[in-house]
Amino acid sequence: MRSLKFSIYILAFLGAITTSCRKDPKPLPSEVTKVEPEPTSAIKGFYLVNEGNMNMNKASLDYLDLVNGIYTRNLYNQVNPEVTKGLGDVGNDIGRYGTKLYVVVNVSNKVEVLNVKTGKKIGQINITNCRYVTFSNGKAYVSAYLGKVGDPKAPNGIVAEIDTTALSVNRTVEVGRQPEEMAIIGSKLYVANSGGYSPPDYEHTVSVIDLPSFKEIKRIEVAINLHRIKADRYGDLYVTSRGDYYNIPSKLFVIDTQTDQIKKVFDIAASNLAIDDDYAYIYATEWNYIEQKNTITYSMINVKDETLMDRKFIIDGTEKNIKIPYGIAVNPNSKDVYVTDAKDYVTPGKLHCYSPGGRLKWSVTTGDIPAHIAFTN
Amino acid sequence: MIKKHSAYMGTMRFFIFSSILWTGFLLPLNTWAQTDSTKKSTQLKEIRIREYRLTEQSKSPTPLQILSGEDLKRMNSLSVADALRYFSGLQLKDYGGIGGLKTVNVRSLGTNHTAVFLDGIQIGNAQNGQVDLGKFSLNNLEEISLYSGQKPELLLPARAYASASSIYLKTRVPEFEKNQHQQLELGLKGGSFGLINPTLVYQYQVNDHLNASINTEYIHADGKYKFRSTNGVYDTTAVRNNADVERFRLQAALFGKFKDGKWQAQAYSFLSERGLPGAIVSNRFDFTQRIWDRDFFVQGSAEKQLSSKLRILVNGKYSYAYQRYLDPDFVTTTGLLDNRFKEQEAYFSVSGKYKINSIWEAAYASDFTYQTLDANIYRFAYPTRNTFLNVLSSSLTFDQLNVKASILSTTVIDRVKVYSSSGDKQVFSPTVMLSWKLLKDKDIRIRAFYKDIFRMPTFNDLYYTFIGNTLLRPEYAKQYDVGVTYFKNFKNQKLKFIDIQSDVYYNRVKDKIVAQPGANLYRWIMYNIGLVDIRGLEINAKTAFEPFTDLMVNLGLTYTCQKAIDITSKLEDQYKDQIPYIPENSGSFLTRLDYHHWRANYSFIYTGFRYNQKANIIENYMEPWYTHDAAIGYEFKLKKGSVSVNGEVNNLLNQQFDIIPNFPMPGRNYRLTLNYKL
Repeated sequence: MRSLKFSIYILAFLGAITTSCRKDPKPLPSEVTKVEPEPTSAIKGFYLVNEGNMNMNKASLDYLDLVNGIYTRNLYNQVNPEVTKGLGDVGNDIGRYGTKLYVVVNVSNKVEVLNVKTGKKIGQINITNCRYVTFSNGKAYVSAYLGKVGDPKAPNGIVAEIDTTALSVNRTVEVGRQPEEMAIIGSKLYVANSGGYSPPDYEHTVSVIDLPSFKEIKRIEVAINLHRIKADRYGDLYVTSRGDYYNIPSKLFVIDTQTDQIKKVFDIAASNLAIDDDYAYIYATEWNYIEQKNTITYSMINVKDETLMDRKFIIDGTEKNIKIPYGIAVNPNSKDVYVTDAKDYVTPGKLHCYSPGGRLKWSVTTGDIPAHIAFTN
Repeated sequence: MIKKHSAYMGTMRFFIFSSILWTGFLLPLNTWAQTDSTKKSTQLKEIRIREYRLTEQSKSPTPLQILSGEDLKRMNSLSVADALRYFSGLQLKDYGGIGGLKTVNVRSLGTNHTAVFLDGIQIGNAQNGQVDLGKFSLNNLEEISLYSGQKPELLLPARAYASASSIYLKTRVPEFEKNQHQQLELGLKGGSFGLINPTLVYQYQVNDHLNASINTEYIHADGKYKFRSTNGVYDTTAVRNNADVERFRLQAALFGKFKDGKWQAQAYSFLSERGLPGAIVSNRFDFTQRIWDRDFFVQGSAEKQLSSKLRILVNGKYSYAYQRYLDPDFVTTTGLLDNRFKEQEAYFSVSGKYKINSIWEAAYASDFTYQTLDANIYRFAYPTRNTFLNVLSSSLTFDQLNVKASILSTTVIDRVKVYSSSGDKQVFSPTVMLSWKLLKDKDIRIRAFYKDIFRMPTFNDLYYTFIGNTLLRPEYAKQYDVGVTYFKNFKNQKLKFIDIQSDVYYNRVKDKIVAQPGANLYRWIMYNIGLVDIRGLEINAKTAFEPFTDLMVNLGLTYTCQKAIDITSKLEDQYKDQIPYIPENSGSFLTRLDYHHWRANYSFIYTGFRYNQKANIIENYMEPWYTHDAAIGYEFKLKKGSVSVNGEVNNLLNQQFDIIPNFPMPGRNYRLTLNYKL
């Protein structure tokens, strides 16, 4: 009997000293950093989505208050602590439309709809393997790999039309396999198909969707493994091909939407680009499997006459401090350029602000894999 | 959020109920059955084995931890991985559930620096360099030991010198009582997660020189368990899905003796099908990925004393491992993603030990390993690897001092059918160790070792499509260790023995390759964490006493303190941060009580806070976890045989924790084992 008592004592003792070791669970706190304020800025600020490494459930949302120069890290958890497991796994895109903010969370199969002023969650639309979002005429359009689980015959790429008032899917249209970014010109939506799930059998087209009928009306041949697609103000589309990462290099194509023909090919690598007024700001991180190393380049294109410019958007040599450029945005008002650095994907990244003259204004630490930016005004 | 009412809780209640009924019913009938003399003799034998192991541990110049015999049998453990949690200096990586991947990391050097040996021959994995210890059941094992550094013996295959630490699993060798020629042991384990696990061990004595054993096991579990996720505001309870496991293992072995020598041969086959439970992330709790495994190997070894001075050891192995991975979420133009991997390995080793004089011995070992991997994935390189290991070792043994030194030469020749190979490598790795008995009549020893070792990048590291990098460098690890051991045996006293071991160590890992979970459990994102500095302290203490007649109490305590910091670059924000998954403090406490036919166990495991990524920030912080496990058993004679019943409760306080983020571990769970030995 003594032994039993003895065991109970030990148990009670260990229980007592150890139960105090775990803290009560709390929502992750926000963190505030000061940056250079722009009191006269017409653009109030922007939201930034950090993707977070896959399986880590570390997608997060940051907010930059440009006017007051306040950068808030990890806003979402503070504002929406009641959402189970938070924003989710791999934030893939963000867009603002009116008073609502749409965050596409890829592995979590959802589009989160937030109040643009507060970041408070308004609703959620579940879309399997959703990728990017764009807007037109009171509707949000979301591209998705979809692929019904376990069914090889189900569509492997769709665009879903979401009513921005009801926050539900109206219609869907099948496009190419594993569609990525979309752009809208007039009443047509263009979506870049990748086919990334079946190398080397990549897709090589842009699907054209007539928005009123929501039907795919044609496919434009471009190149394999397409990713980005951005419209300029002259009715042209800038489309990037990721190549096959081995022998076929990444390239940038220009499509004239009057003729739906390729009118120019730039033999430069392009991972991502932002177009503002007459300029496209481009960076490329190209992993070369033959040489087993990354090559990082920054370039600019004049979209008016489609020429590669000599001008660079970083001229002070600070691009050397960027390990992996992962996101880019241009302030339409001040023309400041924001470039994010994802570093090694598993540590907090950085957001850098460059003046229109190409000099580093400030930098701030973000969440893991800072990537997508949506301005607020 | 998701609340599924499950049938397995009902089954569980049935198990507990029937176990109570069962023991209650049989108790009065059988207490008298076992005679005192047989009980005394087994107890004595057990004590002798224990003493022998303890002396071995305290004599070893490299830190050695052993779990054997009774300890192993009674531990609240299903697999080797569970049992290893009780060792100091070791971190278990566990994705949860029965089928979840379980690997270990010894002294923060990383999983790939630990080699696992079954009966002296390494279990290889050229594909990812990691052995899933959850696959190995305890049922057929006699002993598990962990050596930091290397096994200090001389007559070993060269592979035994080629890793920073080694885990040795020893299959049960048939033992027969007088006039006994065969032995049968049947077991049935059942419990939470819908676990059903029948086992059979049959041992047969062919003649005086040859014993045979057959060992088989089947495991079925639905793998379902409740888990809870909360941040203090939201609070969600759900059931883990797609964690079902079905496994079958069949093993046959021959143990022979010949003049001045012995040999052993065995065949092993393992079939498995399981679901792959994914990361529990926001809005996604259900998974469909599946994995099939078929492992097969034959291995043998022979040892002979050729002359009074020369002894040789020959080892050989052929293994074939097939794995199929199906991902229904991933639809390609040729159907669902369905990867198949076939790995083959052929291994041959010869070693010899020569006694130069009464104090000086020298040994030489030469190993050749051929490994090849075939897969149906895009742009696969079809790599093969030829590894030549040669070791020259020597030892000097004086009355109170023992010094050993060895030099290992590693030659690796990689070839690929297509694309580029990582080329050839040649490395020399020295080791020095000593054990010094301070006083003639007291078992206090100082021990120390220095070992310089590396691990090759694996086939996945180098050649996996889109992930592999053939320019990856080997990962070098330097280890320094100084320790003290004390052992004292008390005859005819209440206190039986005291055993204390304590070591401090310093490791430096250069070009460390760290695996983090990637897109799914068995794909990884490789990154070179660079330079890591590891300082650690380990304490191991064991004692046994008899507070009153016939009650034997065994206590064991381990404690580990580790600072494993990233010193890659001063420019990084993470400079001097603790590396992922390494707690500063961890430990375990183990109690065993024996009283007549009754036995009870209680254990406690503690792992302090740690970070799940490089940066030591709140987003990466992981709460400490600690579990209390308890078991109670009863053993009695039944006609000619003996029956034992053992009931276990694991994670008694139902703590909710993750070892790998978003892979929740089970809460309180139960197991009941019935064993019949004839």
